[in-house]
Amino acid sequence: MSITPERVAQIAKLARLELDDEKQRLFAGQFEDILKYMDTLNGLDTAGTEPLYSPVEQPTPLREDKAEKRFERDDIVSNAPETDGQFFIVPKIV
Amino acid sequence: MADFEVVIGLEVHAQLKTESKLFCSCSTRFGSEPNENVCEVCSGMPGALPTLNAKAVEFAAKMGLAMNCNVSLGSIFERKNYFYPDSPNGYQISQLDNAICQNGYIEIPVGESTKRVGITRIQLENDAGKSIHSQAENLSYVDFNRTGVPLIEIVSDPDMRSAEQAVSYLKTLHSILLYLDICDGNMEEGSFRCDANVSLRPRGQEEFGTRVELKNMNSFRNVQRGIEYEIARQEDLILDGEEVVQETRLYNAEKNITASMRGKEEAHDYRYFPDPDLIPIKLTEEQVAGWKSELPELPLEKRARFESEFGLPEYDANLLTQDRAIAEYFEAAVGCFNNPKKLSNFMMGQFMRELNERSIAVADVALAPEHFAELVRIVEEGMISTKIGNDVLPELMEKGGSAEAFVKEKGMVQISDSSELESVVDEVIAENPSEAEAYRGGKHKLQSFFVGQVMRKTRGKANPALVNELLQKKL
Repeated sequence: MSITPERVAQIAKLARLELDDEKQRLFAGQFEDILKYMDTLNGLDTAGTEPLYSPVEQPTPLREDKAEKRFERDDIVSNAPETDGQFFIVPKIV
Repeated sequence: MADFEVVIGLEVHAQLKTESKLFCSCSTRFGSEPNENVCEVCSGMPGALPTLNAKAVEFAAKMGLAMNCNVSLGSIFERKNYFYPDSPNGYQISQLDNAICQNGYIEIPVGESTKRVGITRIQLENDAGKSIHSQAENLSYVDFNRTGVPLIEIVSDPDMRSAEQAVSYLKTLHSILLYLDICDGNMEEGSFRCDANVSLRPRGQEEFGTRVELKNMNSFRNVQRGIEYEIARQEDLILDGEEVVQETRLYNAEKNITASMRGKEEAHDYRYFPDPDLIPIKLTEEQVAGWKSELPELPLEKRARFESEFGLPEYDANLLTQDRAIAEYFEAAVGCFNNPKKLSNFMMGQFMRELNERSIAVADVALAPEHFAELVRIVEEGMISTKIGNDVLPELMEKGGSAEAFVKEKGMVQISDSSELESVVDEVIAENPSEAEAYRGGKHKLQSFFVGQVMRKTRGKANPALVNELLQKKL
């Protein structure tokens, strides 16, 4: 797969990043290098090898289903750039 | 519709009835003050780490077992990336190909028979929050109470061929969830939501047509109407030589139409990847077998048993087993009075009518199953008429207590004493000489007129069989 600066711009947009032309070209080249390396790995014979999703071997720690209130509302909403003390306030979305 | 075949696949989101959220210990309670049940994890603060709720895993696996799925012993969570303020992480934690349950099926009732619908997978994921939009202020207000509440998304194969089949599938699913007691099933509050993928293809063609995803159908009726509208819309487009566009459309119940949900399409690239904060969910064969052994009898099995064990018609068995609490109430009543069909008649009639009218559940009924059985028994024994039985049932359901004591106290016991009734019959005949004459002259249809008169005088308490007998003798 060839990564064009246009493709980089599209990916940046999905991630809400703004990149100028120079950066787009720079990252296009770096993406290409990474994908080429993946192609090298793809050349390995992995038949019979289980896919590895995590290098951690132990099982997922599970939590007992108990509700617990650890914060007052103000502890949480006070972190927001804009709030009325009840809600997080954002620019209108629809 | 002769030329086209409809292809429908459904995605159902069911909120799991856990006490706490999927990845943090905040309460899942509905209706709290905004942002009361929120912490650093579900508000997406940097560096906060998720810890999986054991109960949610168990519930998802049980749903899979009830739908004949393979339960994966090592499923993984993926990030579904998109930006929307009610999802503060910038991604939803969900599952994809390696979901907790895969490749199942359920049988759904279709007309007189059943149809098998394949289940692609059941995935565990977290819910998004809610926002209120203010046009005047040009702002949106975001509440994260629902953010992180556990959901299972049940993805069906594209196996349904009509709106009716889609609704039948949904009802079956809904009833399984309630039987397992893992979801409250409330469609209006959004704890049971359904999206439908609808496409048409020329009959006989193997390849699927372009599909449209329908959202916002918050009742069984709206699912039916939304899909029907969409089928007609797509059919018109195709017949006019136009193209069906792959898109998401919202159902508008007020206007009964579907309308395009613009703007979402460009963001449709979710760039899924395994969530590095969560390691695979490891289950053991023993755990899964243990959950399987805990499954209750499911609606379809119960229905078959009601038919074979109680000799009930399919119609009765179906209606009585849709709600597990109703089925259990009925069975408890049969244990006290072994006449299933008579109990079923009362249950499907006045009993369910009362539940619907007052919008209550069986759990809210004060009348114990043995006293309900007692009521049906005293009707069968002739102590009260069927009509009086039906009349007193609502009050008994509200107050509870012995049915026999109740009708005796109210003086509603049927008059089955022939000497007492004889005098009433004599009176009625004496008061209506011309009708009596006509009857004797061959107008036997007048019998019901006389029965009515006797019932009026006794305020419905006369034993109808006895009245008929006496009338025939006297006239």
